[in-house]
Amino acid sequence: MLEMLSMYLSYPFVRYAIIVGVLIALCSSLLGVTLVLKRFSFIGDGLSHVAFGGVAIAAVLNLTNQMLIVLPITVVCAILLLRAGQNTKIKGDAAIAMISVAALAFGYLIMNIFSASSNISGDVCSTLFGSTSILTLTKREVLLCMILSIVVVVLFILLYNKIFAVTFDENFAKVAGIKAERYNLLIAIIIAVIIVLAMNLVGALLITALVVFPALSAMRLFNSFRSVTIFSAVLSIVCALAGILISILAGTPVGSTIVAVDVLAFLICLFAGKAKA
Amino acid sequence: MAGRKQSEHMALMTVRNLSVGYDSNPIKENINFSIGQGDYLCIVGENGSGKSTLMKTLLRLQKPLSGEIMVGDGLQENEIGYLPQQTDVQRDFPASVREIVLSGCQGRSKNRPFYSRADKQMAAKNMERMEIADLAGRCYRELSGGQQQRVLLARALCATEKMLFLDEPVAGLDPKVTASLYELIARLNQEGITIVMVSHDIDAALEYATHILHVGKHIFFGTTEEYLDSENRKLFLTQEGGMQDA
Repeated sequence: MLEMLSMYLSYPFVRYAIIVGVLIALCSSLLGVTLVLKRFSFIGDGLSHVAFGGVAIAAVLNLTNQMLIVLPITVVCAILLLRAGQNTKIKGDAAIAMISVAALAFGYLIMNIFSASSNISGDVCSTLFGSTSILTLTKREVLLCMILSIVVVVLFILLYNKIFAVTFDENFAKVAGIKAERYNLLIAIIIAVIIVLAMNLVGALLITALVVFPALSAMRLFNSFRSVTIFSAVLSIVCALAGILISILAGTPVGSTIVAVDVLAFLICLFAGKAKA
Repeated sequence: MAGRKQSEHMALMTVRNLSVGYDSNPIKENINFSIGQGDYLCIVGENGSGKSTLMKTLLRLQKPLSGEIMVGDGLQENEIGYLPQQTDVQRDFPASVREIVLSGCQGRSKNRPFYSRADKQMAAKNMERMEIADLAGRCYRELSGGQQQRVLLARALCATEKMLFLDEPVAGLDPKVTASLYELIARLNQEGITIVMVSHDIDAALEYATHILHVGKHIFFGTTEEYLDSENRKLFLTQEGGMQDA
């Protein structure tokens, strides 16, 4: 088995997949803690459907670099959704549901009507479940993913204390002179970037799992914000790594294998937490 | 305790012809009062009379519909400590007491990403002051209601040495814990911190506050003695007396 593994690892595309997978798992888990606590768990789901719509448009326009269109669309929707949480007639969860299914429907519609591809259902399936795209990454995509991930991690570390303050008590933070809206906006933009990156790894439908499972697992076991954040990052990386390796060895789809490992880890943490209490 | 006279120009905060409300629907109009250094102001009134909205407006969490809120006497806008009502998010929030108290130092360390040693000392001092130093490593969600309020008070004290705004600080606490929290707040006031409190609890307001702002059908503002003589008190007691005793 080790031989087989080292054989696979000698292929650059496998190494790329592992690098990208680990980075995305790290970024999504960092933001996951905040999103879960702010009751925005489903924002990942909604935004990934938007990103799916973006991919559909990019495919129809025959763009070689889909990122150029998918990223801006997703960022704009992220900002709209996080704002909707505050003071509009349509409440946060309803707004997410609306945007997410609408984007999904229009995305599929556009792909069906305009697509030049001969294998529409294959395209749709791989966009939704990320089946093979992670194994076909080019060097440029890997580089882009690395740069964006580093930016996300550095921003998160620099703003960690502010993010904590804004997540725990937005009104107090505002009174203390922190520009809470600005940080909410930043969180929205970062989550949009992560989702667009994660589309390659697990596909549009499973991104929420990467965001919420590590955070929820860590919350079963730990009692301070810092330990929850660190543990969820570590757990997420371990699960992504394990998931990718299992999928390579067993020939299973990458995205769903990673998510399955995340679910398993959550169950273990759940019982460990119960045993501790 | 009552009756400390403050001249107008010494006021930390002066409110003139203020109207508060949402979406240009005023809940309360034409509010006038001032808060001097060292005052203990209680904002009392029935449910829905607009006292929490007034406090949010004073804290600039929402815009006044009209009128002015002037801050003076060397008070910076970010030198106000705030004890908000608990939110849903906080109830199951995984955070240690130390982390929460430290987050009160955010206002002073605006452009620094991390806490300085001075911030950490400040947090330790205020945990000591609130008698929660032994809870520093504990998880917030596992504490009792009274302990949680002390944590949030310590956090507010990290943000200010001058002025504290408290929004129904004893809501949901048992009588014994309530009494000790009131004593704690009174002690802070004696140390020179100006207190502004929104409260249902008229008896405690009369016992501790130097000034009363009654937001109701009529608006009353004055010292506690003046309030005791005023018509408003009788009105308030006849309207709400039964509820308060219950």
